[in-house]
Amino acid sequence: MTTPAQAAAAASETIVGATTDTVERVIEHPELDRPVVFTQAELGWVPWLEPLPESEFEERHWEGLVDASRAKSPYFALLARDPEILGARTRTDKDIFYNAKEGLPRAERELAATATSRHNGCIFCASVHSRFASHHSKRSDDVQRLLDEGTDAALDPRWRAIVDASVALASTPVALTAGHVAELRAQGLDELEIADVIHGAAFFSWANRLMLSLGEPEAPQG
Amino acid sequence: MTTIAPPDVIDELLGVTPGSAIDELRARRPVTRANAQASYDALFTPEFPGTVSAVERFAVAAFVTGLHASGVTQQYYAEQLANAATAPVAAPSARALPQAVAAEVAAVLATGRASGPYGAYPAGPLSVEDTDGLRYRVAPERRDVLGVRLAAALEHAHLLVFRPREASPAALQALLDAGWSTSDIVTLSQLVAFLTFQIRVVAGLELLS
Repeated sequence: MTTPAQAAAAASETIVGATTDTVERVIEHPELDRPVVFTQAELGWVPWLEPLPESEFEERHWEGLVDASRAKSPYFALLARDPEILGARTRTDKDIFYNAKEGLPRAERELAATATSRHNGCIFCASVHSRFASHHSKRSDDVQRLLDEGTDAALDPRWRAIVDASVALASTPVALTAGHVAELRAQGLDELEIADVIHGAAFFSWANRLMLSLGEPEAPQG
Repeated sequence: MTTIAPPDVIDELLGVTPGSAIDELRARRPVTRANAQASYDALFTPEFPGTVSAVERFAVAAFVTGLHASGVTQQYYAEQLANAATAPVAAPSARALPQAVAAEVAAVLATGRASGPYGAYPAGPLSVEDTDGLRYRVAPERRDVLGVRLAAALEHAHLLVFRPREASPAALQALLDAGWSTSDIVTLSQLVAFLTFQIRVVAGLELLS
């Protein structure tokens, strides 16, 4: 005699069992040459889950990539498994960082991204955005000091204010205060430029977590 | 001219009124504003929800915003979870979730170890920066109420919020083992990570209003 509860339990075990038989496995990279310091060098990135194969892309997946060439990137091809959020994420990213008709200079948006990535510990994100910060600011030594010594590294007052605000915003719970905003104003940032710092650090709170948790960086070859 | 076009969740959370300073500031970045909302829509009212339920999405959101002690944002997602959990399509067992998620948040905050980011770097020169902190597990007495899938999701969400640099293939395997598919994990990861953005945009712009 089987009670309804037992029957339900048996049915749910069957479902769990069926799922277990076909359970997906993560991809491990035991031989990977991993970077163990923050660097401005170009790193690779390998996924821990299988990217969507290009043969399975439908129209909505191409649309989610925004740039079709990103299908070749394992990171974007993995995120393409949920294409609607990927597309919205990418358009948010591009506007926050590349819409430079007004507002904060590109170099300092990249500085906010670099500081956030350094604080969260995303070696890959920090490598990309520190290169961009150096390129746009021509201050590679300052950027490298931020990578080497961390977000407390000596910087001029304007970069100090941007880094401090980014780090405070990236912390959990959020530690940004009116004092940080006042210091940004004192360094000459207007309201839109301060909003750009906020959006840059907030966006990298998002990006760091995807990059850090869906795969890992690979040291430069050779 | 302003571009306020409800519903916009960030505007709602900030209490933005047409023509206010924040409305005008956000109107100067219309693409960012529209796509922050499109991101919310893709995650919380998806056209293609796949195999991640509305209750799961809002339960994780209530947990993540609770871990941030993020005031109005936390309250918003707690209300959304309460609505999703009592919707006609929700399982009767979902009714216990809002309270269980709130209890998990309270348990983490009560440890006094809810400040991040912390965690260990890959062994090497950065190891001197390693910091210890809570490695959260769902309370045993709430595992049944939450279920295997949601319990695994909350544990992963805590990892992403507080110690993302300790993410690992093993953490993803734990989700796969709990019944999350590869595509489900992408959605879950985006959802947690997006919320860390939305919370910070709201907290930052609040200081400018």
